[in-house]
Amino acid sequence: MNGFLEKFQKKDGTEGFVHEVAAVCVLAGKILLQNGAETFRVEDTMNRIANSYAVHDAQSFVTPTGIIFSIENHDVTQLIRISERGTNLRKVTQVNTLSRKVAQGEVNLTELQRLLVHIDRSTTAYPDWLQILAAAIASSCFLLMFLGKWQDLLPAFIAGGAGQGGMIYFHKLVKVKFFSEFMSSIVIGLIALASVKIGIGFEINKIIIGAVMPLVPGVPITNAIRDIMAGDLVSGLSKSAEAMLTAFAVGIGVTAALVLD
Amino acid sequence: MHLLLVISVQSITSYLATCAFGIIFNIPFKPLLHGGLIGMIAWIIYFFLFQSTGNDFTATFAASFIIAIMSQIFARVCKNPVILYSVAGIIPLVPGGLTYSVMSGAVGNNYEVAIYFAEKVFVLSGSIAMGLIFSEVLFQIYEKIQFFRHKRRSGVILAHKGKFFSK
Repeated sequence: MNGFLEKFQKKDGTEGFVHEVAAVCVLAGKILLQNGAETFRVEDTMNRIANSYAVHDAQSFVTPTGIIFSIENHDVTQLIRISERGTNLRKVTQVNTLSRKVAQGEVNLTELQRLLVHIDRSTTAYPDWLQILAAAIASSCFLLMFLGKWQDLLPAFIAGGAGQGGMIYFHKLVKVKFFSEFMSSIVIGLIALASVKIGIGFEINKIIIGAVMPLVPGVPITNAIRDIMAGDLVSGLSKSAEAMLTAFAVGIGVTAALVLD
Repeated sequence: MHLLLVISVQSITSYLATCAFGIIFNIPFKPLLHGGLIGMIAWIIYFFLFQSTGNDFTATFAASFIIAIMSQIFARVCKNPVILYSVAGIIPLVPGGLTYSVMSGAVGNNYEVAIYFAEKVFVLSGSIAMGLIFSEVLFQIYEKIQFFRHKRRSGVILAHKGKFFSK
C-alpha cells in the first residue's frame, strides 16, 4: 500500500451518503435536461445541490443524450442516458425552486429525493385542446406580424391548429419525432393549398410560413448557437444537427403537399 | 393614424403570439404574462429598427439584448429561472420562417436561394445568442462589483469589532 487507498478507507462511513447525493443530483439533472433547460444550467444545478450537502469537488458532463456525474476522491460515478427530450418549462421551474430551497438548507436528502421523483412523474401540462388553440392563435398572429393580409387569418388559424393537433396525435401514435413533424407539415401544406383553391386564402406562402411557425426549430437553433458560444461544443453541435433534421422534415412535408398543385 | 394602427396591431399580435408559444412550451401562468410583455417590447424594437435602418442584424441584436436584460430582472424579482423569460421573449425574433425557406428552397432545387437563407439564419440566430450572452456578462460584472463592495464594507465592520484577522 502506498497510501493512496487510505483516503477511501478513512471516508468509508460517509460513502453511502455520497452515493445518495450523486443519485439525487443525477435525477435533478435528468429532469432539467429532458425538459429543455440549457446545458450549463443543468451542470450548475447539479454542482450546487452537491455543494449544499457538503460534497465538494463534484464534476458533471452534460450532453443532450446523456449525463456523466462523478465526485472526486470517492469512487462514485453515475451515468444516465437521455433518449427523449421535450420542452416543459414548468418542470424546470419546479426543480429550480427546489434547488433554491436546498441551497438555503430547508430540504433534507430523503425529502429532496421524494420531491424530485414526484416532479419527474407528474404530468401537469396545459391540456391538448389549449395547446392546439394556442398554436392556431400563434399562427394567425405571425401572419399579421409578417405583414400578411387580413383575409388570410382564417386559413392560417385552421392550418396552424391542425398542424399542432397532428403533431400531438402522430407523436402518440409513433414515438419518432421526425415522422410526426413530417406528417403534420403535410397536413399544413394540404390545408393551405385547399384554402387557396377554394378562394378563402390569397398568399399561400405567407399562410404556410405562419402555420409552420410552431413546428420549425427557431428556438432550438438559437439555443444551439448559444451553447456553442458558452463553450459547450458537443451539445451545441448535436442540438444544431437535431434542429436541422426538424427543419428538413418540415420543408419536405410542405413541399410534398404542394406537389399536388 | 395609420402609424398608430400599425403599432397597435403589431403589439397585440406579438403579445398573443408569445403567450401562445409559452402555452406550447408549458410555461406557468404568471411568467407567461410577463414573457408576453417582454416579447412584445422586443418585437416593437425590432420592427421599428428594421423599418428605419433596413438592417435586420442590428435590429435583432438590439432586441435580444433588451430581452436578456428584462428577463434577468424579471427572473431576479420573481425568483424563476431566466430561461422562462428569455425563451418567451425571443420567440418573435427567432428565424423560424427563414429556416422553413431554407429547406423548401433546397427541396425545390433552388440551391442559391437556400444558401442565401441559410446564411441569414446562421447570422440572425448568432446575433440573438450574442445579445443574450452580452447582457449576461454585463450582469455578471455588476454582481462582481456588488460582491466586492459588500465584502469591503463587511470587512470594515468586522475590523471595527476586532475580528478582522481572527480567521
